[in-house]
Amino acid sequence: MIEIAALTKRFPGAAHPAVDKLTLRVPEGAVCVLIGPSGCGKTTTMRIINRMIEPDAGSVVVNGRNVMDVDPVTLRRHIGYVIQQIGLFPHWSIADNVATVPKLLGWDAARIAARVDELLALVGMDPGMYRGRFPRELSGGQKQRVGVARALAADPPVMLMDEPFGAIDPITRTHLQDEFLRILHDLKKTIVFVTHDIDEAIRMGDRIAIMKDGALIQYDTPEAILAAPADAFVEAFVGADRALKRLALVSASAAMDAAVAAPAAAPSIEGSASLRDALARMLSLGVDTLAVAGPHGAAIGVVTLAAIRARTRTKPASEH
Amino acid sequence: MLLVEAWQFILAHPERFLSALWTHIALSASALAIAIAIAVPLGVVLSGTRRAAQFAIAGANVGRTLPSLAVLALVMPIMGTGFVPSLFALTLLALPPILINTYTAVRQVEPDVVDAARGMGMTRNEIRRKVELPLALPVIFAGIRTAAVQVISGAVLAAYIGGGGLGDFITAGIAMMALPQLFVGAIPATLLALGTDRLFGALQRAMTPAGLRS
Amino acid sequence: MTWFLRNWDQVAIALWEHIVISLTSLSIAFAISLVAGILAARHERVFRWALGVSGLLYTIPTLAFLALLIPVVGLGRTNAIICMVAFSLMIMIRNVATGIREVPGDVVEAAKGMGMDAGEILRRIELPLALPVIVAGLRIATVTVISVAVVAAYVNAGGLGTLIFSGISSDHAPKIWAGALTACALAVVADLGLAQLEQWLRRRAA
Repeated sequence: MIEIAALTKRFPGAAHPAVDKLTLRVPEGAVCVLIGPSGCGKTTTMRIINRMIEPDAGSVVVNGRNVMDVDPVTLRRHIGYVIQQIGLFPHWSIADNVATVPKLLGWDAARIAARVDELLALVGMDPGMYRGRFPRELSGGQKQRVGVARALAADPPVMLMDEPFGAIDPITRTHLQDEFLRILHDLKKTIVFVTHDIDEAIRMGDRIAIMKDGALIQYDTPEAILAAPADAFVEAFVGADRALKRLALVSASAAMDAAVAAPAAAPSIEGSASLRDALARMLSLGVDTLAVAGPHGAAIGVVTLAAIRARTRTKPASEH
Repeated sequence: MLLVEAWQFILAHPERFLSALWTHIALSASALAIAIAIAVPLGVVLSGTRRAAQFAIAGANVGRTLPSLAVLALVMPIMGTGFVPSLFALTLLALPPILINTYTAVRQVEPDVVDAARGMGMTRNEIRRKVELPLALPVIFAGIRTAAVQVISGAVLAAYIGGGGLGDFITAGIAMMALPQLFVGAIPATLLALGTDRLFGALQRAMTPAGLRS
Repeated sequence: MTWFLRNWDQVAIALWEHIVISLTSLSIAFAISLVAGILAARHERVFRWALGVSGLLYTIPTLAFLALLIPVVGLGRTNAIICMVAFSLMIMIRNVATGIREVPGDVVEAAKGMGMDAGEILRRIELPLALPVIVAGLRIATVTVISVAVVAAYVNAGGLGTLIFSGISSDHAPKIWAGALTACALAVVADLGLAQLEQWLRRRAA
């Protein structure tokens, strides 16, 4: 768990603080996404957590210990760190790269070797094939997987990730995001994730912290932020299509009425598809009811346009 | 003809030849070793500074342009003639390329790699030892290679300030217009220089970490 | 210092000789390397061969090279000039060839597409854009040539080396200072001047 209280950092010569009395709490095992326009302080905040940047005021407490009370080098060896350009060591093999922190911590060779293989398999890379390769032989997506494996090597309770998928092409990025989500949920790590992409934030985050000019504007679950943006800035930031984004978070099977039988020739949609896809299908076919198909293809309920409307009923931000 | 006569000269004066050869190698190797011992650590330290580095690198750049013989000659009125003044001058000549290459090489290590190393919990020393130096080594070694050839070439000129070495045969040969003697100096010196370049080239390849070889 | 003031004409003559043989060699080397460099830029094999041979020449110790030329051309300025040209070739050919090769492919494509023939592309596009790199090579060659010219005094080529050798043999320190310091000053000034030119050309090309 990470508790940030009144964190402040001002760089010399800057007009306003990079981080301005930031206060937020990341629950244990949650993914907290820091997002905002360029210069909002999200990366600075992340880098203060592992003391790559020293704060001017306020406190950061990680799992009960104030980061200022721990020697920075020791602190960093127990926090996973993934950056956008990854920074794999070009002169070391993949195995040596992944083994970096365990070696710094003095693990024995056998334990390290086993851990390297375990992690490479975890991120979807065959250890036998990739252990002895070098970074320059890898594609962008592969490098990023190794970067994640490297950060997980010493099994840190907390991970910091700064736009980790920013340098990857869009197709690979989506793929990596999904895989990564799966891995993270299994491992139950507390993650602070920085991005500028609102869609990525909604996908990856259990909590989203929207920042602007160093200050925290809104901190809540993705659903809550989409339903009720705190002000005009947030509303513009999440996009004019936030209603549709909200629908993308809900599956058809979650919004269906299981008691109603589907009309005979009704078009259908898979239960696992989102309401957004359901809406799109309704619009393109000109219908207002879809049969929801279960995992084996049989109809298990219906979803209606009315039900979708009910889900998106929100108060406009300007009414607050 | 000339080559045969040169060879006969060597056979007739083996101690003179070997002594000159040995002095030449000793002078060159010592100058190079001292220059490495000074310039590599200095270059590494300077890579972390701003002002001091600008100053030192500007000085090294000037040093690099100075004619070798001029440097050797300038040392003479101050330190006299012989082995030590020659060693001093040759060391001065070897410093600039090594210093500049070391400084540049360390600074050119990708900042992201250093950031990742720091973020993962390496101490400043560990970053230097495990990341910056290995990655900088190829370029540092290129500087050492350049300096090595320069020093061998300069050691030939050391003959003029009493440093001994193969240059003695060349100067004597020119003064007396005795071509065989001239060859006794010129050819071994050339072979020594070419051989050194080859040797350091091979060492440079051997020193390049596996991950960086293309 | 007083010796210098009283005999500055000697120094001036030596300096002049020094500059003349240096410029002569550089001009010859420049002309050869321009042709060779353009050829090397176009043909990979020529590039590697030219670099190999001239690289070999560059490694030969100065005095040894001058000495080895004596049976062939005797003493005097010719000897010195051949040596200086040989040393300059490596760096100049390499830089001419590299400079031309580094001209962005799309720029040459555009020129071709607009109807320029090979000669025009070379003269108006490739060479001008390669100029900063060529001048960088010229800078190193100049410093090398000045250094060789100091030694070449020993094979009767004249130049500032004459003051140095004369000073050493007669144990006359002021002469040594005059010769050596002037040679150093010449090298530094030439290097700085060409560095400025290089900077100016780079800014223009950017």
